[in-house]
Amino acid sequence: MQKITREQLIEKAAALLAGGTVTAVLGWSKGEFDYDVTPAVFHTAEELNKDFVWNDFCGANFSKYLVAKAAKEEGKVLVFLKPCDTYSFNQLLTEHRFDREKVYAVGIPCEGMADIAKIKEICGEGISSIDCGEKIAVTTIYEDEPVMIDAKDVLAERCVNCKSKKHVAYDELMGEEGTVIDSARFDEVAKIEAMTPDERFAFWQNELSRCIRCNACRDACPACTCEKCVFDNPNSGVENKAPANSFEEKMFHIIRAFHVAGRCTDCGECSRVCPQNIPLHLLNRKFIKDMNEFYGEYQAGEEVGTRAPLVNYTTGDIEPGEVFDRRDTDA
Amino acid sequence: MQVKEYKPLIVAFCCNWCSYAGADLAGNNRLNYPADVKIIRVPCSCRVNPMFVLRAFQRGADGVIICGCHPGDCHYTSGNYFTRRRMAALFSMLDYLGIEKERTRVEWVSAAEGAKFAATMNDFASTVAALGENKRLEDLRCKK
Repeated sequence: MQKITREQLIEKAAALLAGGTVTAVLGWSKGEFDYDVTPAVFHTAEELNKDFVWNDFCGANFSKYLVAKAAKEEGKVLVFLKPCDTYSFNQLLTEHRFDREKVYAVGIPCEGMADIAKIKEICGEGISSIDCGEKIAVTTIYEDEPVMIDAKDVLAERCVNCKSKKHVAYDELMGEEGTVIDSARFDEVAKIEAMTPDERFAFWQNELSRCIRCNACRDACPACTCEKCVFDNPNSGVENKAPANSFEEKMFHIIRAFHVAGRCTDCGECSRVCPQNIPLHLLNRKFIKDMNEFYGEYQAGEEVGTRAPLVNYTTGDIEPGEVFDRRDTDA
Repeated sequence: MQVKEYKPLIVAFCCNWCSYAGADLAGNNRLNYPADVKIIRVPCSCRVNPMFVLRAFQRGADGVIICGCHPGDCHYTSGNYFTRRRMAALFSMLDYLGIEKERTRVEWVSAAEGAKFAATMNDFASTVAALGENKRLEDLRCKK
């Protein structure tokens, strides 16, 4: 159950469109099913009333869409940002990826998004409609009565350990100002670290071998905004094709995570869009955890203009070999 | 039938200004180090892209070592500081994925340290030899 309603958002967007502040609205619209909400651009109040959606499945992070959209539109673009989206927003501003003057950002509160995989675990396949009210009402083609599910039970993995309810960037805020949560988001990573190397290898082999290289994790990632991606290079031998063996699976995921290391805001889009439900955020969080431990606490996107750990240095940094020594003595 | 003795293949990325000259000095001084160490000369240790390390493993390396100037002595002032951060992150990630941490190493070898170069390579080669073949990051298509 989200605190803010669809009607409030439409009202706000329609008012800003009518007032001429913005010429386009980035929002969510209904997809083929009730749970695959897709990003869309709206230009009029009629379009908003017809297609705009706001419910527990509006996970998409719009920050990345601004890179293409803000440059194209004549006037300003209205964008709705959930707290974790605002970190990506700041990070993209730090990297000069879009013009801040062409964006009107409205911060909206978020109570965490639902994970359809978890819902399907409860209700099975054959979902015909989902109604997000006080509870999530799921109707399947096999039952007459909808199954009522508490949104708290089906929270997406990334939202279970939400890092912040605070908006770090906005022009206007709807609802109340939240706070940064000291969540246990590194617990999962620590759990894997505590395994033996053989167990870790088996764990990741099991997860990564499901990868079909659809590139959704890269395409949805607000940190991956290179116009030419290394994985599209036809000379690389790994361009747009399914991994041929376990090496290629690992290489893709190591390099993908490495390319966003230090810039990843931990929004969890990679895991949300993964059709194979690979917990990709655990790779990114490992980098974040390491960098926090080695080089001091750093949250990408908290402020505009900060230097990421990997493009910075101090003369007394930890040696790569010491990393393991320190961990082994801790254990 | 003769059983082929296992010898590890080691790829050493050496920076042009310090470690490569260090290797040269080791040779001039007639110091022994395993012939299985294949040296790749790079302009600076920070030229080493994480992909290079993974590619080396893919093409059959059993261990990868990156050698550069001592921190503070970089020919380009700060290159090896970035190497240090990058490789700390990358090696930690490889360890997280279950790849033996002994297979990767960063060592600072100056142009005057021929003896250190030879000792480092001997030590690294024996460590990797003890681990055996690299199975976790191998690519069978690249095996002869």
